[in-house]
Amino acid sequence: MSFAISKQGEVTVVDVEGQLIVGNRQELKQKVLDELEKGEKKFLIDFSQTGYIDSSGLGVLVSLSKKIREQGGELRLANLNDDLQTLFELTKLDTLFQISDTRERALESF
Amino acid sequence: MGKSRVALDVEIPSDVKYIDEVIELATRKCRELHLPPQKCSLNVRVALAEAISNAILRGNGEAAHKHVKIRAVVRDDAIVFDVVDEGPGFDLSADRPDPTAAENLEHEDGRGLFLMKRLMDNVERFQKDGNVVRLTLYR
Repeated sequence: MSFAISKQGEVTVVDVEGQLIVGNRQELKQKVLDELEKGEKKFLIDFSQTGYIDSSGLGVLVSLSKKIREQGGELRLANLNDDLQTLFELTKLDTLFQISDTRERALESF
Repeated sequence: MGKSRVALDVEIPSDVKYIDEVIELATRKCRELHLPPQKCSLNVRVALAEAISNAILRGNGEAAHKHVKIRAVVRDDAIVFDVVDEGPGFDLSADRPDPTAAENLEHEDGRGLFLMKRLMDNVERFQKDGNVVRLTLYR
């Protein structure tokens, strides 16, 4: 389980490798907040290598979304597999986030 | 009623770092039993992860000397998970805010029990050698 951060132009891309759960959610939160602190405004979280997300992982995404917005930034999500899509629909978080099928589409959406 | 057998019986310390290992074990068992793929990869993984983290964080308060037991029993019609902690338990039927309501969508917490109930066919809580949360998923 790890989070890889890279830059695609002005966008900070975070790849979630493995699970996003109670045991590692704070690590993701801190990494994104560190980038936000540095002045980054555009964030994309890519779930193409993600297994599952629990409620605390979803909670961190909600929290980051608010913090990024408060700083005048934007957060996009990409590459949700069928399970993750179902999870976002069950919790109605698909209505809260801007979600793209692919990384490319998400990058173009900024 | 057909025969039932124990498919999983583990005990872990009250530390969230052990959750993923148990989830992967449970998912493998689920696949070996030929449950539909999404029931293994989504329903079991997420609902069981919620029950175990709840047991560690709330039930046992992350106390190092307390443990969480996870047991899975396979029946002809279902797989049943018991997650047992050393806490006093909680009221499963208590009114809780709906996390999908527009006014709650941006709340960081409050989705754990909701997900357990939505992803399992039955969720029960009772006392038997500890505080038991029982998750039942029909095949």
